Amino acid sequence: MTVNPEQLLTFSPLHRLQWEEVQQKTVILYPEGMVELNQSSAEILKLCDGTRHLAELVQKLETTFETSGLTADITAFLEVALDNGWITQN
Amino acid sequence: MAGLLKTNTPPRWLLAELTYACPLQCPYCSNPLNYTKYKSELSTDDWKRVLTEARKMGAVQLGFSGGEPLTRTDLVELVQHARELGYYSNLITSGYGLTEEKIIQLKTAGLDHIQVSIQASSQELNDHIAGTASFEHKQTVARLVKKHGYPMVLCVVIHRENIHQMPEILAMAEALGADYLELANTQYYGWAHLNRDLLLPTKEQFETAEAIAQAYKEKVAGKMKIYYVVPDFYEDRPKACMNGWATTFLTITPDGVALPCHSARDLPNFDCPNVNDFSVSEIWHDSKAFNFFRGFEWMQEPCRSCDEKEKDFGGCRCQAYLLTGDASATDPVCSKSPQHHVIDELISTARNSALSSNEKPLVFRNNRNSKNLI
Repeated sequence: MTVNPEQLLTFSPLHRLQWEEVQQKTVILYPEGMVELNQSSAEILKLCDGTRHLAELVQKLETTFETSGLTADITAFLEVALDNGWITQN
Repeated sequence: MAGLLKTNTPPRWLLAELTYACPLQCPYCSNPLNYTKYKSELSTDDWKRVLTEARKMGAVQLGFSGGEPLTRTDLVELVQHARELGYYSNLITSGYGLTEEKIIQLKTAGLDHIQVSIQASSQELNDHIAGTASFEHKQTVARLVKKHGYPMVLCVVIHRENIHQMPEILAMAEALGADYLELANTQYYGWAHLNRDLLLPTKEQFETAEAIAQAYKEKVAGKMKIYYVVPDFYEDRPKACMNGWATTFLTITPDGVALPCHSARDLPNFDCPNVNDFSVSEIWHDSKAFNFFRGFEWMQEPCRSCDEKEKDFGGCRCQAYLLTGDASATDPVCSKSPQHHVIDELISTARNSALSSNEKPLVFRNNRNSKNLI
């Protein structure tokens, strides 16, 4: 699935994003399953709160991490997230 | 033992079997045959302590199971405690006795997901297998689960009596709006082991059903996820049971016995520890039962020198015991097992049973039959 730049990015209400103290990791929880995230994936998903489009999300992360040129990497991850149902757009 | 302590992975998955009481009588139930022997149930406070201790160690997925967990009057209280601790809570239920009011109460308490089992796609067969008229109610419950915003998982256990309904089962799940459909080919432990000759489908039946399910997977991609639990008797290699013994899974039985897998209660002379006597941490790290099949030292040949041992951990200990009499043996499902012939034999016995004109009846899982089997 491709990311639609005109639509807001929202984390799925059927999944839960949670920091796990013992693992020192952010995880996605869903029925009988769990995905462990690396730090950058976790930062991207935390910003999918229904208030941002792709461009705003990229800008926010580039500002936070004082870098540029993140669009391609972030878009690729968001496509994976869409395919897995972790985020929705509509 | 000290070295083990440092390298043990913490439990991630806690299965809380709240009770052996169940209004259904499914003849493939994974509970032990002699479940009526274990009459005591942990108190609400005991369960809360167990949940707290396991969460502290790192457990995050929690299954409320049984028997039928809805028969516990403190279920809402336990769900609330689990939510406060940060668990992702799964209710694994027959749906029997689940009302809209209870669904709302559980949601408010913080339950994340409800898995409803349906035994077949037709009322007649569902009610026969369940041993209880329950088909209509299960359908209603599935719709209510969806209506109240839970991810809805339908679980259908597949065996010879319902495998021909695969197309109808898939259509039913889609029509009910399931987010996930678990097609669980029967695993032959507990009551399913007892009824195996009547439940095990033929290889041709498996292959036909699997092809139908795989094709449907593509059709509903993006809408409904299908988990297909493969029937390991028709595989060349065993399953990586429990992701390795005591690495990930922890089961607590209604009376408080801690098990590395929910069938381990049937292993002989195993002396599994009880949460009434030890903390969850002591049980996980120090008990003999949990360390017994950890790592690779316990293995016999051909597992010991096998280059696939880190992939499947020698398969399932309970299956090795049930089919070879030795819990340390290679899972006989493996074609490298010197006892692989027992799998061929049981497949052929089941086939002969299916072809015979006077098949013995299924033994349903209920108190009367359990007491007769002790």
